[in-house]
Amino acid sequence: MRFAGLALAAAALAAGAAPAQERAIPSGELKSGSAFLGSDLRALQNDAFANPGMLWVERGEKLWREPAGKKNLACASCHKDTSMRGVAASYPKIDKASGKLFNLEGRINQCRTERMGAEPLRYESEDLLALTAYIARQSLGLPIAARIDGAARAHFETGRAAYHLRRGQMNLSCAHCHDAQWGKRLLSETISQGHPNAYPAYRMEWQTMGSLERRLRACLSGIRAEMLPYGSQEYLDLELFLAWRAQGLPIETPGVRR
Amino acid sequence: MAARIQIPREAKRGDVIEVRILIQHPMETGYRHDDVGHLIKRNVINALSCRYDGVEVFRADLSSGISANPYVQFYTVAEASGDLEFTWIDDEGERGSERQAIVVRG
Amino acid sequence: MKRRDFLAGAAGALALPGAALAQVDPRDPLVRALTNGAPVRKGKVTLVLPQLADNGNSVPIRITVDSPMTPADHVKSIHLYSERNPVPNMANFYLGPRAGKAEINSRVRLAGSQRVTAVAKLSDGSFWYDAAPIVVTLSACLDES
Repeated sequence: MRFAGLALAAAALAAGAAPAQERAIPSGELKSGSAFLGSDLRALQNDAFANPGMLWVERGEKLWREPAGKKNLACASCHKDTSMRGVAASYPKIDKASGKLFNLEGRINQCRTERMGAEPLRYESEDLLALTAYIARQSLGLPIAARIDGAARAHFETGRAAYHLRRGQMNLSCAHCHDAQWGKRLLSETISQGHPNAYPAYRMEWQTMGSLERRLRACLSGIRAEMLPYGSQEYLDLELFLAWRAQGLPIETPGVRR
Repeated sequence: MAARIQIPREAKRGDVIEVRILIQHPMETGYRHDDVGHLIKRNVINALSCRYDGVEVFRADLSSGISANPYVQFYTVAEASGDLEFTWIDDEGERGSERQAIVVRG
Repeated sequence: MKRRDFLAGAAGALALPGAALAQVDPRDPLVRALTNGAPVRKGKVTLVLPQLADNGNSVPIRITVDSPMTPADHVKSIHLYSERNPVPNMANFYLGPRAGKAEINSRVRLAGSQRVTAVAKLSDGSFWYDAAPIVVTLSACLDES
């Protein structure tokens, strides 16, 4: 390990967080959220017809081909028949041109505003959920493989710090439940490892489809912490950290969750 | 309203075939509150009908007791090639429909 | 008799685990609206629900009726009742001889642990039922996102 890396690791240790290379949950012990579902919801997720999230995937497929914006282009106009397989599995990722970190939602909106002359889609809008779900579905079964090198490194570190930060009335960090207590019960629920591999997901509590950020906001609300606005840099950085933490887990979008 | 129908593409005359439908609809119960505490008005699909070549072979009265994005699965006898057409209506009078063709041999 | 009590009244006590109800109370106004006072017998209908619901918002349900589904002998309709939901008559399904098989699958909302009852009306005018108990647990965190 280079000196800079050692210093970083030491600083991270001092801050109470694990060094970058050390995973709180080793790769071999990763479990998707679907492992924590009851058999009925797991069966529903695996039913390619009845999984309610598929309604959004189908809508996304339609939207992919629909022209939008001043340039009257559809996603398909530029992407043509290029498969999006593998794309979602590599997100969040650095956009080479701008150097910014994008999640899938941000990337879709960047394409719309900069290349299609179209309005950006609001988080949790039917159309953005549909497009995100459609693109993620095309990576079904592929292992999450987001990169944390180069320009992504700083975002990864911020995300990692955010994951370990105590917050809210309950003064809990993500790590307290999802690293230290996964598999144990919280009232009637079993705590999952908190992975992002099935998002956007159809959540029973919402009775509709929602993005990963919506789920993160729900977690914050649950520990009585302040929810940040959608698209916040802190959420993006956290999404990158979560992707690294879930590295190797297969994409399951659209997940069915409680 | 978006919906998906699943029936076999082909069947033999007299076969009992499985019919599945999934409709995108919130089936708003009328018991939920919005962020400022106001009751969200009830709106559910209250009637669903399936016609096979114009003849009704299945009908359902639904209520808020049916889950959001309602899913129904039933059976019908493959009689002749043609269309299975679903129609439905919700409390606000919005109608939806979706159809799927089946080829029946024999 | 209050709707909530009709099954308890008929059986004597819901506290007896696995107690089979001899007869659905035909005096209950909900059931009466359907049967017009005719007896509702246990049998022919099988209602399948999980013993424990993952989530009360979407519980898989299967209702099967043992019937040849011929023009002379078939199921006309199946009626689903909840003893605890705010809307007790959850759904009605109308079949007929073209169904070939009397089986319905759907996903329902259940407002807490309860017994769910399915009543089938046959072409000969008779009524049959089945009931199944289910435990429904709540989510841990209140989601205000």
